[in-house]
Parts: sequence; C-alpha cells; structure tokens
Amino acid sequence: MSAPVEIEEAKFEDAVLIAETPVLVDFWGPDCPPCLMIAPVVEELADDYDGKVGFFKINVTDNPRIASRYGVMGLPTLIIFKDGKPFSNVVGFKPKNELKDTLEEAL
Amino acid sequence: MNELSKQYDIVIIGGGPAGLTAGLYTARARLKSLLIERGAIGGQILNTDWVENYPGFLEGISGIDLTEAMHKQAEKFGLETLLADVTGVKLADAQKTVETSGDSYTAQAVIIASGSERQKLGIPGEAEYTGKGVSYCATCDGAFFRDKPVVVVGGGNAAITEALELTKFASEISVIHRRDELRATKILQEKAFEEPKIKVLWDSVVDEISGDTFVQKVTVGNVKTDKKSTLDVAGVFMAVGFKPNTDYLKGAITLDKNNAIITDDKMATNVPGVFAVGDIRSNSIRQVISATGDGAVAAVNAEKYITGL
Repeated sequence: MSAPVEIEEAKFEDAVLIAETPVLVDFWGPDCPPCLMIAPVVEELADDYDGKVGFFKINVTDNPRIASRYGVMGLPTLIIFKDGKPFSNVVGFKPKNELKDTLEEAL
Repeated sequence: MNELSKQYDIVIIGGGPAGLTAGLYTARARLKSLLIERGAIGGQILNTDWVENYPGFLEGISGIDLTEAMHKQAEKFGLETLLADVTGVKLADAQKTVETSGDSYTAQAVIIASGSERQKLGIPGEAEYTGKGVSYCATCDGAFFRDKPVVVVGGGNAAITEALELTKFASEISVIHRRDELRATKILQEKAFEEPKIKVLWDSVVDEISGDTFVQKVTVGNVKTDKKSTLDVAGVFMAVGFKPNTDYLKGAITLDKNNAIITDDKMATNVPGVFAVGDIRSNSIRQVISATGDGAVAAVNAEKYITGL
C-alpha cells in the first residue's frame, strides 16, 4: 500500500522538487472537512498510480512557508508538480474521475 | 468479482446522515444493502464544527463524530460501503442499475441520498479566485485570513455560522445580504449582532471579485438604491445556498424548479422502487435530524415495496 506520505518543509525539495516522476501534493489542514472528504480518494489514486506518480501530503498549519510559497490559500489544494515546478492544481473536493483526468494530463 | 456480488436488494447513493440511516434500517431488515459514497462518509454536516441541535446530545457533538458513529452502527448490522462516483442510473425497470466509474450495481430498490453542495454565485472573479481568496469553507480557510478583512456573502444559517467562525481570525467581517432581514435562526443572529467584528451590509449583493494574484477587493451593489461601492478585502466566503446533487440522474426522476427531487410522505419519487431522502428532497429543511428521519421512512417503505414485488 502506498498511501500519500506526510512530509514537512525540510523534506519538500528532496521528495517533490527533484523527483523523476510527477508528484501530487495534498495541502491539507485541521478542521477541514473537504480535506477529510478527499483523503480516501487520494489514497485510492496513490494505489492506482503507484510507481507512476509520487503522492505526498503536507499540513499547512505546521508548514506555512511552503503553503505561502505555492500560493495555497484554500484547502484542500492538490498541486501536481512536474520537473520541480507546479504543473496544475485543484482546489476543493473533486470526485475520483475528475482527479484522474487531472493526473492523466500530467503523465 | 463475480456478477452475483454486484446484485443487491437496495443500493443507497450518498453517505451522509440520510443515506447512513437508510442503510442502518435496511441492513436490520436483512436486505442486502450497498451504500455508495464518492468521498468520505458524513455529508454536509462535516462542514459544521459543532452540532448543537441534534436531539439527544446535551452538550452537542461534532459532525465527524456523529456521522462516524452512524456509519459504524450501520456496518455493524451488515451495511456494505463502497467508495465510488455514481455516473449514471437506469431506474425505469424492475431491476435498477447504478453505474459508477468502476463497476455497475443492480438493485430492486434505490434510495437517493446524494445531498447538495454549496451554490456558486456565478459572478466575475469567483471561479478565478477560488482558492486564492474565494472560499466555501470558513473552518478550512479562516486561518489564511488572520488579521485581514473579509466578507461573507449570504444571510442564512451557513453564512452566519461562517461569519462567527471567522471572528477567530479575521480583523473584520462584512456580511453581505441582499435583503433587509437575515434568514438565519434567531439564536445565531443574536450571536452575530453581539460580535463587534461583524457588520451587515443590508440590501446588498457582490457584483464582482477582483485583485492581483489574490483577492484584493469586491464591488458591492445596493439592490434598492443601485449605488455601487468597493470594499478592500482579502477573503470572500460564499454561503448563498445549496444546489441539489441531481445532475447524474439525467432526467430519470421528476425534479422541482430548483432541481430537488419531489417525494411523497413515504419518500417515494415518481419512479416505482426509487426513494429520495435528505437535502436532495424538495422543500427539505436541511437538518441532520430530518435527514435521518427521511432515511428511516424510506427504508421501511423500500422494504414494503420489495416484499410486494
């Protein structure tokens, strides 16, 4: 099982920016029901795309600088990184088939 | 997975309190029941920090704890749950089909509990600035607006609850409402009017949201005088109403002018064997307690329907 891995600012560069595959980062926070809603969907996608896309999640309350750097101001925000740069993003809950389409565009 | 494992007595679409209660009752009636939910279990009540008006909980309870308990309870009696998006339905025949982006499932009766989601206002700047200052969830995003001015658009329970939540963070909160009276429950209105950070702009609508990379201001119009003004704000919280999630039904069931499902007092729709419960119903009062009540009524009547087939 490859559920999204929780990371912190210090590990962000290694995990996300220099990854060889595209990486999806789930920016979440406490008291965020849509973040809870989207979590099982992201977990399923992490299984489906195991090996093809890296999956991470980051708590913006504990890591505010990363949130600010990437202009995250609404939760949940999913950012897909490609070659170390943001490629696309999704704000708010979206069902699995829509997220799948977004991922496919990055591959 | 063989074909038999996709056949059920009841398929329930949606895992909020209405669907969960329907599932609890149909499971206890020993009907083979499947509940399909596209995200996490719980529905719209997850967006409320604390539920004070669900009977039986003297100190209140969180939406998460309440719906998690409902889910575990229904599973205890045999309700099956599936994470999937329902993409279409075939309801006209005796054997109903519910299609998802994965497999399709058949059932003798279907209970529609897919609820509603926050209405979008549809004004310039709203889509562009979603996640960049425009928000539909104060508990999620309030912290991004610490010590900054924000507006809340709307005048009902959601709007006032959001405004009160935002007092923890924002420097000032302007509630923009198009009438001269709030629709929210009186006790919420009392709390809002006592709050020095909250002020209400009556008879007003937001015409446009604008800014740079992030929201910087809103243009407000008075519906009585037509006077326009601008407010410098960092955040716009939308709470203008709810839209029933009926798009995927694609005309299979009779809807009212707001696209909510018309039902009788048995929760029956115009299609035999198809029931609707919770926020998705026409004239729903949109409370957890009425959703759970609907769920039980539908389950009992779905059982009667199946037995009579």
